[in-house]
Amino acid sequence: MLWACILLPQLALDGVLRGRADPARPLVLLGGPTQRRVLKAANASARALGLRPGLPLSTAQALALGFDSAEYDLAQVAQAERLLAAWAYGFSAQVSLHYPRALLLEVGSSLGLFGPWPHFQATLHQGLAAMGFSRRITLAPNPVAARVLANLHDGLAVTDPAALEAVLCELPIACAGLAREHAASCQRMGLRRLGQLLGLPRQAVARRFPAELLQHLDRLRGLAPMALEFYQPPDRFEARIELNYDVESTQALLFPLRRLVADLAAYVLARDGGVQRFVVQLEHALGPPTEVPVGLLGAERDPGRLFELARGRLEPVQVARPVRSLRLLAEQLPAFVPGRRELFDARPQQLQPWEQLRERLRARLGDDAVLGLGYAADHRPEQAWRAAPGPPAQAGGTRPGWLLPQVQPFAVDAGALQAGPERVESGWWDGGDVRRDYYRVQLPDGRLAWVYRALGEPEGLWLQGWFG
Amino acid sequence: MSLALVSLDGLLDQRRVWRGRASEPAGPAAAQPTGHEALDACLPAGGWPPAALSEILLAAPGSGELQLLWPSLARLTRAGERVVLVAPPWVPYPQAWEAAGVMLEHLSWVRANPAEALWATEQCLRSGSCGAVLCWPGQVADRALRRLQVAAETGQTLAFALRGQQAALNPSPAALRLAVDPAQWRVLKCRGGLAPAHPIARPAA
Repeated sequence: MLWACILLPQLALDGVLRGRADPARPLVLLGGPTQRRVLKAANASARALGLRPGLPLSTAQALALGFDSAEYDLAQVAQAERLLAAWAYGFSAQVSLHYPRALLLEVGSSLGLFGPWPHFQATLHQGLAAMGFSRRITLAPNPVAARVLANLHDGLAVTDPAALEAVLCELPIACAGLAREHAASCQRMGLRRLGQLLGLPRQAVARRFPAELLQHLDRLRGLAPMALEFYQPPDRFEARIELNYDVESTQALLFPLRRLVADLAAYVLARDGGVQRFVVQLEHALGPPTEVPVGLLGAERDPGRLFELARGRLEPVQVARPVRSLRLLAEQLPAFVPGRRELFDARPQQLQPWEQLRERLRARLGDDAVLGLGYAADHRPEQAWRAAPGPPAQAGGTRPGWLLPQVQPFAVDAGALQAGPERVESGWWDGGDVRRDYYRVQLPDGRLAWVYRALGEPEGLWLQGWFG
Repeated sequence: MSLALVSLDGLLDQRRVWRGRASEPAGPAAAQPTGHEALDACLPAGGWPPAALSEILLAAPGSGELQLLWPSLARLTRAGERVVLVAPPWVPYPQAWEAAGVMLEHLSWVRANPAEALWATEQCLRSGSCGAVLCWPGQVADRALRRLQVAAETGQTLAFALRGQQAALNPSPAALRLAVDPAQWRVLKCRGGLAPAHPIARPAA
C-alpha cells in the first residue's frame, strides 16, 4: 500500500479566497472575542502589508489600510474538508480525514488507472489548483509517515521502507509529529534529529516517555498498523458561499454561482453520478431565502453545462432584497448515463445535441415550453392531442392540420359546405359532453375551414380548425 | 504571380454564378426536394435551398402551407431528423400530421412569446440538431431574418419563416421566397436562378 498525504496549509484562507472574484486583494481572517479581535490568517498580499497572524486587529489597522477581513469560520473549514474528501474519493476508495487540514489517500491501488505517480501527482495538483486550494503532496508506504513528511517536504515520494527509514532519520525532531512536550523533552536531551531518537535502546525510551511515543514511532516506520476511519460520501450535496457585500443584482452572483456549480460537478463526478435537480437559494439578511430551482430532464454532470442552465434560471429572477449568501442544495444525485453516440453520425457538423438544446430552451422559456406531440384516443378534437408522444393515431374522418385551441364563432353561407356532416358525440361519462356535426367549409378566398354546429343549437357555427 | 484557381463546376454547384434562364435541375448538392414535382422543377436547387432560410408568404394563415410543407417534413422525420415548430399559431392536430406521414416522435413544438420565439428559432437553427425549423415571425426587422439566415447556414438546417403576403413588398435576405395562395404558388425569389414568371398550380390535396 502507498499513501499520499495532501496537506492544506492555508485551508481556512483558501476557503474564503476561492469565493471571491479577486483573490489578490489583501485579506485577513479574524478570530477571538469581540473585545480582542486577533488575526488568525493573512494571505500573501496582506503579509506584504506587514500583517501577520497573531496581531491584534487594532494593531493591524494601525499598520495598514485597505485590507478585507472575514471571520475565521470553523464550520466553513469543515465544509471545505468535506468537499475535498469528496473530490479525492474520485481517485481512491480509501480517503481519510484523520488529521486536521490534511487528506490521506491510499493510492497504491489507483496507480494502474491514474499512474504512474508523477502523472497522478500532477493530476492532483491540477485539480486542487482549479478549485483554488494551496497544497503540499507527499507519498510514503504508510499514512503516518506520509503526513509527517508533508510537514517538511512537498513532492517527496518514498516508496520502499528502507528509503523511508533513511528519510525519517534526517527529519528534525520538531517536525516528527510528536506531542509538543515530548518534542521539548527530546530537545532538552540533546536529540535534534529523529535518527538519534530511533537509535536509542527501546527500553530506555520506554522508561523515559509514555507508551504513545513508542507507538507513534512504530507506526511511523510501518512496524505497527494504523487504524483509520474512511470517508463515505453522503447522498446529497450542500454548499454555501457567504458574500462580503450585500448584492442586489444577479450579475454579481454569477461568479460565486460558478464556484458552487463547479464544486457540485466535481462532487458528482467523484461519485460517478449526475445531478438532475438542484436548488440555488439566495439568502437575505431578513426574511426567507429566494429559491431558484434548476431541473433537468436527464442527469447531467458537465460543469459548463450545469452553470449555463443555472445561469439561465437565475438571470430572470428579480432580486427584491439584498443577497447575503448563496447556497446550493442537491437532494437527489441519480446515476449518470452517458448519452449514446453513433460512431458514424449522419450529421458530423452537429454542434449541440437535441437534449442540450431542449434544456437550453426550457431554462429560458420555462419548464413546459418544449412540447412533443401525440395522439390521444378520444373523438373530441380538443381532447385528441397531448403534449407527449402517444399511441399511433386511429384512422378516422378527415382532420385538419391546425386545431384552434379556442373555438370561434363563424359566419358563412351554407352553400360553401364541402363535406359533412360528421357526427361526433362523446364525453358523456366525464362531464365534457359534446354532440356536434362537423363540416368542411370552403371560404371565398379558397381556404378550407373545419366548423361544427352543436346539436340543439341550429343557428351558430363554430370554427375549430384550418386544413392549411 | 499566384493564381487562385477555382473550379467552374464548384462555382456552379454553389450557385454563386447566375446563369440566366439555363438552370438544369438537381445538382449534386440538391438533397432537399419539396415533394412536389412541379415546384422542384422550378427551383434552381431542385428543392428547398439547403442550409438556408425559405420564406413562405401566406395570403392568410391556413391557406395551404401544410400541404406545401408536409411532404418535406414527412421525409425528414422518417429519416430520423427532428422538426421543431417554434410558436405555431395553432395546435398541430396529431391525426392529420400523422396521416400526412410525419413521424410525431421526431416533432417538437415550442411555446414562446414573439420576442422569445426569434431567440428560440435561432438557437434551434444554430444547434444543428434539427432537420427543419418552422417559425412564424410576423412583422420583424430585416436584421432578425438575416440572423435566422446566418443561423441556418451555421447549423446546416432548413429554416422556414411563415409570414403574411404584405411582407413581400420588403426585400428579404431569405434564399427563397414563395407566395402561397389557396389555389397557386408563386416563386418570388430564388437564389441562383431567375424566378419563374408563371405560377404553379397547387396539387390536389
